[in-house]
Amino acid sequence: MLEKFTLIRGRAVPLRGEDIDTDRIIPARFMKALTFEGLGQYLFYDERFDERGNPKPHPLNDPRYQGASLLLVESGFGSGSSREHAPQAIKRAGFKAIIGESFAEIFFGNATAIGLPCVSLAKEDLERLFQAVEKDPTLEIAVDLVAKEVRFADQVVPLTLREEAREALVEGLWDPIGELLQAGELLDAFDRKLPYPRRAE
Amino acid sequence: MGKTLYEKVWEAHEVRKLRNGQSQLFIDLHLLHEVTSPQAFGMLKDLGLRVRYPHRTFATVDHIVPTHDRTEPFADPLAQSMLEALRKNTLEHGITFFDLGSGNQGIVHVIGPQLGLTQPGMTIACGDSHTSTHGAFGAVAFGIGTSQVRDVLATQTIAAQKLKVRRINVEGRLAPGVYAKDVILHIIRHLGVKGGLGYAYEYGGSAVEAMDMESRMTLCNMSIEGGARVGYVNPDETTFRYLEGRPYSPKGAEWEEAKRRWLSFASDPDAPYDDVVTFQAEEIAPTVTWGITPGQAIPIDGRIPLLEELSPEERPVAEEALAYMGFRPGQPIKGVPVQVAFIGSCTNARLSDLREVARYLRGHRVKRGVRALVVPGSEWVAKKAEEEGIAEVFREAGFEWRNPGCSMCLAMNPDRLEGDELAASSSNRNYKGRMGSPRGRTVLMSPLMVAAAAVTGEIADAREVFGIGR
Repeated sequence: MLEKFTLIRGRAVPLRGEDIDTDRIIPARFMKALTFEGLGQYLFYDERFDERGNPKPHPLNDPRYQGASLLLVESGFGSGSSREHAPQAIKRAGFKAIIGESFAEIFFGNATAIGLPCVSLAKEDLERLFQAVEKDPTLEIAVDLVAKEVRFADQVVPLTLREEAREALVEGLWDPIGELLQAGELLDAFDRKLPYPRRAE
Repeated sequence: MGKTLYEKVWEAHEVRKLRNGQSQLFIDLHLLHEVTSPQAFGMLKDLGLRVRYPHRTFATVDHIVPTHDRTEPFADPLAQSMLEALRKNTLEHGITFFDLGSGNQGIVHVIGPQLGLTQPGMTIACGDSHTSTHGAFGAVAFGIGTSQVRDVLATQTIAAQKLKVRRINVEGRLAPGVYAKDVILHIIRHLGVKGGLGYAYEYGGSAVEAMDMESRMTLCNMSIEGGARVGYVNPDETTFRYLEGRPYSPKGAEWEEAKRRWLSFASDPDAPYDDVVTFQAEEIAPTVTWGITPGQAIPIDGRIPLLEELSPEERPVAEEALAYMGFRPGQPIKGVPVQVAFIGSCTNARLSDLREVARYLRGHRVKRGVRALVVPGSEWVAKKAEEEGIAEVFREAGFEWRNPGCSMCLAMNPDRLEGDELAASSSNRNYKGRMGSPRGRTVLMSPLMVAAAAVTGEIADAREVFGIGR
């Protein structure tokens, strides 16, 4: 049984920047591995550490945000490469959800399929949330996928999330493999019907 | 009411609706490489599943292969282990693998079309965002994550969400020295890197119809940089001419039948689009990037924008880009010194790219102090380039002629920038750190513009350097 994501509570790390690409989220050299194990430690590596491995000023290195489970981002987050390593690194670094203005297509799908909800807020609401968190890093935030809202301090703001994805997360259907397998013999019919490339004898 | 190619291909491949409202979409052709597949095979094993239709999956190795010395074991044991995992996984599951030295190894998006695996009307998936390249043939082709690679291996399907379709017309004739790369950089510059979110891009218009297949591949390749997961061109006679006689293309009576079927997928003249945008080919100049996203681009004669010329939304990334690149607002891009020139990648490492550069490069020399590399897209491209004397033109000019792979485009192999080196590059992404150095800088452009940068040692207008169209 997959986890049902209905209400996610926690503190947030504010990570400003538009169009943050997956090469920044997880630089390509850390993809030289056969599993996703341990990817969390390389999250935003080149932004967090200099070439000698010394920490640089970055929200993820900021002690005030340690232990936060929500990642706050701006628009176009996760653009570029289709590497699932990016949402895997975020999830493995302990994040339960991402709140932003918009997400790149493939990133959004990859994140949803591993149970990492990406919810969108209107630009003004998001900015208020950013400022509230930057002012008070201990602020508790609730991401309510059932009521479709984000609550913090005395504020309640609507969230948007593609209905299919929301449904999948709330009902615990976010990993589709079980349902895909159920198609059974229907798949064989498609395999017989649709051509595939064959090398001439 | 007619239908778009996207709509028709979708309908032909929709197995059923899933409970959450998504579609279960059948994937005709699945391509694998060594970086995003080992975890998927691991997941398959954990679930006790097998590859359901191995005849629909083809694999090669491209991202991690050294392009200089390919003797095994590689100096990098992790790279070696990834190659070996792919060998083992493909062997165990009966998947065709185009290994090093097979004559068909290469960048996955170069070998698919070259072998005739990529065909019109197909759905194609690969754990790589530049899968959009295959759309050049009128296929619906898109990048998927590793969990979806698992889904395709186990079921030949994915859970998918239908996109809207934006028709992008490019009308007129491209000027000499202006290529598909300039067209796509121009499009992204105008529609933005988020402009394609939620859309498939259908490219058409007289300039696109006049393009050869390899140019169309360049165009579709960078759809993803414009935010569109899918980009395609409707199949036509140019498509068929390219495919005829390729190893995996249909033959004989099947060929005629296949052409009829393929043509039936083309968008109908009265197909409705969710959006239509038109560009004039004559307005497109050789285009180069100046920043850290592919949308931060200008014509070669242009100046880097002043902050006040940009919308408030664009300014923060522009400021970040200027600081990272070490550029000043208002500065001309022409004349910026380059340390590295890279011709390669799934965007621009095909035979026609190399032929076109070689045509002009003869008699020129790479400027002293510039490290210039050509990394052909596949073993087949490399072989043909040797036979045609193209490789020799590059070597004589002072380029290093390497073995095929993704190379410096994402630097998962030993090819990378050092420190804050600036590369003139025919690749697709100028993101911070993309080419392997956390401070390395990338300026994207067409292969011929890279050659111009290599011989002058600075960002230059290839038309001036090589006397084109003057």
